[in-house]
Amino acid sequence: MRIGVFVCSCGTNIAGTVDTKRVASEALSFADVVYATNYMYTCSEPGQQEIQKAITEHGLQGVVVAACSPRMHEPTFRRAVEKAGLNRYMFEMANIREHVSWIGTDKEANTRKALDLVRMAVAKLRFNAPLFSSKAPVNKRLLVIGGGVAGIQAALDCAEGGMDVVMVERKQYIGGKMAKLDKTFPTIDCSSCILGPKMVDVSQNEKITLYAASQIESINGYIGNFTVDIRKKATYVNWDACTGCGACVEKCPSKKAEDYFNEGLGQARAINIPFPQAIPKKAAIDAQFCRQLNGKKCGVCAKICPVKAIDFEMKDTIVTEKVGAIIVATGYDLFDYSVYGEYGGGRYPDVISGIQYERILSASGPFGGHIRRPSDGREPKDIVFISCVGSRDASVGRPYCSGICCMYIAKQAILTKDHMPESNSYVFYMDIRSPGKNYDEFVRRAQEEYGVQYIRGRVGKIYQRGDRMVVQGADTLLGVQVEVEADLVVLATGVESSSGAGELAEKLRISYDQYGFYMESHPKLRPVETNTAGVYLAGACQGPKDIPSSVAQGSAAASKVQSLFAHDTIETNPQVALVNERNCIACGKCIQVCPFGAIQWKELRGGIKKAEVLQTVCQGCGVCNATCPPKAIQLQHATDNQILAEVNELCA
Amino acid sequence: MTDEGPRSIAPADGTAADTQGIKIVGFLCNWCSYGGADTAGVCRFKQPTDLRVVRIPCTGRMDPLFIAKSLIYGVDGVLVSGCHPRDCHYAVGNFYARRRMEAFKAFLPFMGIDTRRFKYTWVSASEGQQWQKVVTEFSEQIHELGPNPGVRRQTGENSKVSTGLR
Repeated sequence: MRIGVFVCSCGTNIAGTVDTKRVASEALSFADVVYATNYMYTCSEPGQQEIQKAITEHGLQGVVVAACSPRMHEPTFRRAVEKAGLNRYMFEMANIREHVSWIGTDKEANTRKALDLVRMAVAKLRFNAPLFSSKAPVNKRLLVIGGGVAGIQAALDCAEGGMDVVMVERKQYIGGKMAKLDKTFPTIDCSSCILGPKMVDVSQNEKITLYAASQIESINGYIGNFTVDIRKKATYVNWDACTGCGACVEKCPSKKAEDYFNEGLGQARAINIPFPQAIPKKAAIDAQFCRQLNGKKCGVCAKICPVKAIDFEMKDTIVTEKVGAIIVATGYDLFDYSVYGEYGGGRYPDVISGIQYERILSASGPFGGHIRRPSDGREPKDIVFISCVGSRDASVGRPYCSGICCMYIAKQAILTKDHMPESNSYVFYMDIRSPGKNYDEFVRRAQEEYGVQYIRGRVGKIYQRGDRMVVQGADTLLGVQVEVEADLVVLATGVESSSGAGELAEKLRISYDQYGFYMESHPKLRPVETNTAGVYLAGACQGPKDIPSSVAQGSAAASKVQSLFAHDTIETNPQVALVNERNCIACGKCIQVCPFGAIQWKELRGGIKKAEVLQTVCQGCGVCNATCPPKAIQLQHATDNQILAEVNELCA
Repeated sequence: MTDEGPRSIAPADGTAADTQGIKIVGFLCNWCSYGGADTAGVCRFKQPTDLRVVRIPCTGRMDPLFIAKSLIYGVDGVLVSGCHPRDCHYAVGNFYARRRMEAFKAFLPFMGIDTRRFKYTWVSASEGQQWQKVVTEFSEQIHELGPNPGVRRQTGENSKVSTGLR
């Protein structure tokens, strides 16, 4: 084989700590290497042309590029060699940037390591063989997991493009966190006025099938052909019949159910429609509080319901949907303020979270939009906001900035002043983070026009004095201790990953970070893709985000899906297992271990059985290869010979 | 596999190893640990330079032969790393890997190989810092053990089966 080696300097990224010239010149002595050179930026257009030129001029049959991580540019170079007439799998990459130049400063040791890695890549390439993709059909239906604003945007965009969309939401209503907000920053738009119509669009769009009060049970398959089992949770109300009239809610005698939508500020009925604009506008029974379901005599709702929709015998059901792509938009949860014992959240009724205050401000909230204290229903006069509750604090395991709290505090302080011109608002903050269009101007307005007092410093303690709260903290700009007496304290609780994010990631086979946020494929260049082909991310499930960013990501993910669905077929990955029938002893171990059911029996003439790999189903993990006793099944592009060739170079 | 086998065997006194430094081979799964090593690089987390990485699709691809062959022929240490259990890109590959490697570990002394020369671990693509820690600690451990004399070398020169007790 005639092999060419191209060593990239990556400006000074590699050349700074690796002698790339020496790597190139020594690579010439490796077996089969007939050409080796060093280039400043191999991934640039002239760099790629250099490779293509060398392929023609030197009759190269294989190419090794020593540069950055193959996770970054392997596809780029594969395309480049393919354009010059080589099979794209006659290419190998040696990672001498992320794994060498960036992690050590000893140039001699780095150069030696780079040479080893190039030698290993060359050794592997000598065993490479051309591979060819086959085609698999694409099922042009989309699954959106999560019905918040990001998911809604993605679903509507794709439905607009003529695609069938399945939306799964675990709550009984869509709209997510945004549905609970009163107003949005920095425009003071009414949240439900801008989100409501979009929610209605979802319910009315014929292309969108909505499963509310449902969860993902399992996901199988691969890009273009996923099979998803969805668990429809028992709501004890037949939603096909329910008209959302609300007669049952009015008459329900169990009045002490948890009001999740109002963040526990009010009390709901056991049968409930969470808010007037809820989509779908259907009632559901909270089994924990229903008298009938807890063995008591009741059934009032069943008697009152004009369409006989109540069904106390209802059980969870599983429905199966087949889709070609998945957008994950599961959003976020808020930090549990009771972790900060010194603030008394959860102990003092008048220490509340930002989202609770949002419900208090809302006209559809527990107090009808009048600001009242939860403890005695009195109108507060002095209100203290505390920022960074569960943000930027490594001691509670939340070292990151939630990004939205500075803004929502400013908004709530402005709204407070609008509602009650005589009130005083104080904000304890660490730093004000307001990057965004018109964001900083908005915070300045809160300070200058609305007279909100911003105090830079942390709060040490909150305690009760009479019926008021005393907030003790530091003003680090003045260097003094301050004490503010307040009627109401609002804790700006930070963003954390949605509960159950990890379990869902495991079902989707995508990665998540230590905080539970899903990992994008590349932090800058592939922000909505995951490393699992056909699964995309939108919104705060990937990291804390405000509404504009979530909507933008929803649309971005939708456009990724549309470009996938623009094709009727996709090329399958040819890096799959292949059976050498002469060596196969028909033990069936590969069939047992395959996680995807991609291997089956095949009968030859005379009834001889052999294993056979279904190329479109095989995902290329290689478990069968490691299991096969006579090594008859080999994972293409990572065969035993290829891996051992790399190992051999190190033993030499 | 080439038929030639390993090209040259370092002398038993370890002089070649001293000039070339310690060599550790790392088998990293493409989806988690290889990404984690990339993340560590992107964050410029400094690490010892002894590790040479072989990219494999999944730890489930790990044939114990790869580890045995490396250690028998004189690589000084083998590190295998993949996705955290339950977070495998292929759902269950790392469970198979865990079982195989755990069983294989028990065989190492029979082959005359110090079990401390082999380690497997789980590092996700976001855990750059964790990767730095794993590499640093394992490299230090191999440096303490010194160059691997290699079973083949010992048997080849002394015609004596290694007892694994050194």
